[in-house]
Amino acid sequence: MDAILIQILNGLDKGGAYALIALGLTLTFGTLGIVNFAHGALFMLGAFCAVLFNKILTISVKVKDESITFFDAYKEQPYLEIWLGDLGNTIIDYSVPLSILFAIPVMWLVGVIMERGLIKYFYKRDHADQILVTFGLAIVIQEVIRHFFGANPIPMPPPDIVSGSAPIGTMLGLNDNIAYPWWRLIYLVFSLIVIFAVFAFLKFTTFGMVVRAGMADRETVELLGINVQRRFTIVFGIATVVAGLAGVMYAPILPPDYHMGMEFLVLSFVVVVVGGMGSLPGAVAAGFLLGILQSFASMNEVKSIFPGIDQIIIYLVAVVILLVRPRGLMGREGVFED
Amino acid sequence: MSYILDIDGVNKTFGGLHALSDVNLKIEEGETHAIIGPNGAGKSTLLNCCIGRLIPDTGTVTFNGKNMIGMPPYDINHAGMVRVFQTPEIFPDLTLLQNVMIPALAKRDGTFKFNPFKSLAKEKSIIKEAHATLADFELDKFHNQLAGSISRGDKRRLELAMGLIQHPDLLLLDEPTAGMARHDTNRTIDLLNSDRMKTMTKVIIEHDMHVVFSLADRISVLARGHIIATGRPEDIKNDPKVKEAYLGESEDE
Amino acid sequence: MIKKIFSSNPLIMLIFSAVVLTAPIWLDPIGANYPDLLQKFAIFGIFAIGYNILFGLTGYLSFGHATFLGVGSYTAVWAFKLLSMNIVPAIILAIIVSGVFALIIGFLSLRRSGIYFSILTLAFAQMAYSLAYSVLTPITNGETGLQLSLKDPRVLDSMAGIIPQEGLPSTNLFGYLMKSYEGYFGFYFAAVILIIAFYVSLKIFRSPYGLKLRAIKSNQTRMKYTGFNTRPYLLSAFVISGMYAGLAGALLASIDPLAGAERMQWTASGEVVLMTILGGAGTLIGPLLGTTIIKYLENIFSALNPSELHNMFDFMPEPLQNFMVTIVSPFVGEGWHLTLGAMFMIIVIFLPGGVMQGLSHLSSFMKRLFGSKKDTTPDSVNDAAPTTSKGGH
Repeated sequence: MDAILIQILNGLDKGGAYALIALGLTLTFGTLGIVNFAHGALFMLGAFCAVLFNKILTISVKVKDESITFFDAYKEQPYLEIWLGDLGNTIIDYSVPLSILFAIPVMWLVGVIMERGLIKYFYKRDHADQILVTFGLAIVIQEVIRHFFGANPIPMPPPDIVSGSAPIGTMLGLNDNIAYPWWRLIYLVFSLIVIFAVFAFLKFTTFGMVVRAGMADRETVELLGINVQRRFTIVFGIATVVAGLAGVMYAPILPPDYHMGMEFLVLSFVVVVVGGMGSLPGAVAAGFLLGILQSFASMNEVKSIFPGIDQIIIYLVAVVILLVRPRGLMGREGVFED
Repeated sequence: MSYILDIDGVNKTFGGLHALSDVNLKIEEGETHAIIGPNGAGKSTLLNCCIGRLIPDTGTVTFNGKNMIGMPPYDINHAGMVRVFQTPEIFPDLTLLQNVMIPALAKRDGTFKFNPFKSLAKEKSIIKEAHATLADFELDKFHNQLAGSISRGDKRRLELAMGLIQHPDLLLLDEPTAGMARHDTNRTIDLLNSDRMKTMTKVIIEHDMHVVFSLADRISVLARGHIIATGRPEDIKNDPKVKEAYLGESEDE
Repeated sequence: MIKKIFSSNPLIMLIFSAVVLTAPIWLDPIGANYPDLLQKFAIFGIFAIGYNILFGLTGYLSFGHATFLGVGSYTAVWAFKLLSMNIVPAIILAIIVSGVFALIIGFLSLRRSGIYFSILTLAFAQMAYSLAYSVLTPITNGETGLQLSLKDPRVLDSMAGIIPQEGLPSTNLFGYLMKSYEGYFGFYFAAVILIIAFYVSLKIFRSPYGLKLRAIKSNQTRMKYTGFNTRPYLLSAFVISGMYAGLAGALLASIDPLAGAERMQWTASGEVVLMTILGGAGTLIGPLLGTTIIKYLENIFSALNPSELHNMFDFMPEPLQNFMVTIVSPFVGEGWHLTLGAMFMIIVIFLPGGVMQGLSHLSSFMKRLFGSKKDTTPDSVNDAAPTTSKGGH
């Protein structure tokens, strides 16, 4: 029982990331009809927003280290600490959550530029061309990041106060030994908030209604003569920001490196396919489901029966789903079905 | 009398809507049979049930004595029933000559033949037949143009040529003149009445009464999923039920 | 005149063979005449030619063809270990085994088309890659890669009485070492295989079978209603291209007898896609052109470093020189992949038909410029339409 709970918890934070990325993929595919192979790179860009923001906050100057008295020692001291004292240090400590504020405008800008500058020319081209051009773009983005940040993963600590583990077992009145890193718990809550925000936006705004109508029946919406172009840009921007936010908050869980996007992209595509192309709730449900499934597959008990299953479980599920039920778990019949 | 196509008791519903109810239709060998009816009467559904694009809920479609229900489209094609599509379904990236060679190859090679080392240029008889068929349709002068680049009327005639080169036992034509100018329509009528096609068994779905009465030996009228009349053109013209079906529709509009 | 030449198979093969076999001579002036690179041109050329039979003719975009390259390499190294250092059994086995893999993966993947097909091939490729690194370590030797060892049995060799000298034995063709003549023997062997591979591809392109594959790309639904069962056509094309990839993998192992899982990574699958579309998917010679361009540029770009860049631009005034070096340096050395990605985008955006399309634009432009009114229409039986990459629908 406890072991199962632990595995479910372990799967949830990863599932949250899958769900957020898959949400954006589904949104762009369903609304714009674009297969975006660069979406994983956007997730990676988000993680590097956290890295960059941390770098900006810790811009330092060389000062004399007063604590060492028998010779002249120098240390790097961040301007923030010099100007604001302890407050400055606290800000630096909270750099990851704070970089959300930094990432939103940055990712929005990235999304708008990408859509206006590239994606919009591919609405009328076929899916193969879309895949190829965004694949190229993904390589470009990740190589640019590598050029500026190097090839090694960059550890991003969460704020001190949540760096430990939460005594989940005690909180739920179960075994006291069950602990779970605070940050993963925060990530889970965060991803749920973002997911609900996106759904609320789509549900309760006129804009969202048009977008949903467009996903159900694209031609009709185009016939309504609504300014489709601008809406496409906004939808793409939203998808980019969501992927970016997923990346920002994931930085303390997985130290960002330049090729993390590719791995998440392939997995997220699988998530979208499993959930059902064009179904937003499907993408979210499948994201969490696959996260948990992956976590169960990496249990030693399971691995001893099916060696290597943890490596391939997600792909295996994708293959089976595509072959047996091509419209996925929640896709409607006939929509994006082959 | 032998029937080449026997549609017997076919029903098809789409989510509660009866697209076809108990349709019975027998096509005689050698006749040109037109199916007319107001919009949404189920004409295209009926055609799709014959060629394997749709599977009827109940009923049988027997062609040349063989049951066609559940057969994949390529097997239906080889059984001798060939459809000419309403919107031109051609190979836009291939030349006109290649477009007509493909169905000729289908006729010869069957559903699958692995012949990667055979030279296409040495398929003399196929090429010759393709040229001849294109010439029949006054398309041979374009033979090395891409099919995607010719006019819509030419594409429709290319479709006809692609159907004809397979020498089908039965040709199903889905509105062969829809959207054509009067001049092109007359040309198509002449083609369908030409020696080569006159004796071929044909089922034509058509809106244009001029075309129907120029071509058809017999006419069936389909309204709201039912066949309400079948007979010679002059009988259909005077049938009160037919008049009602068409007038009824015009009242709705 | 030109049209005549290009419609005659023997003439094409004569010209092609001459060009390939004299490559060391005419590649010399641009500094590409050394065996290592020449071998790469030939081997990846085979890979791309095979990939083109699937993607170029049928339009099915596979993102998993590196799997078959990897399978070919592993099979070949195992053949070297167990059977013989002679490359002939290794190559034959590699083609068979990768063909079997392609048959299984293709059978499953081809149940779907369009992006679903692409995702399925990608999923299979990722599975193969992950397994090669984990559970299959006894077969693949994991991260280290599969290598020869002194304890290998080499049954055929010992039966034939070939006793290895000190150290690890070398790959050979009936006794002629692949690395002899400074590696030129290896190149010429690969070149002969390339010529055969090209001939097979030429025959396929100009056969009724090839025409049907192109028709599937153009309008698959119509093919079904015209009387063709399209699935065996697609599957056979998939298997053929998989076997080409296996052959290329075996040749890589024949030159350098080791095999690693990185050969199966999806970036490797992406590279063969790029080679094919860069040259021109669906054209006969395009994929080979694409391969040569990419491998040549890779060779130059990845070797450059900032100090060499300074030398390159030293005819410029100092500030301009620094500026140019700053601009160019992210694209060279380790940054070669950035150039690759950028090339990928530029080709898809501006020249979806690849270099071959560019050349045909250029030639028609020249014709217009000089007012020639010669008939330039393609040979209607054989020639493919000027292909844009058109996906399966």
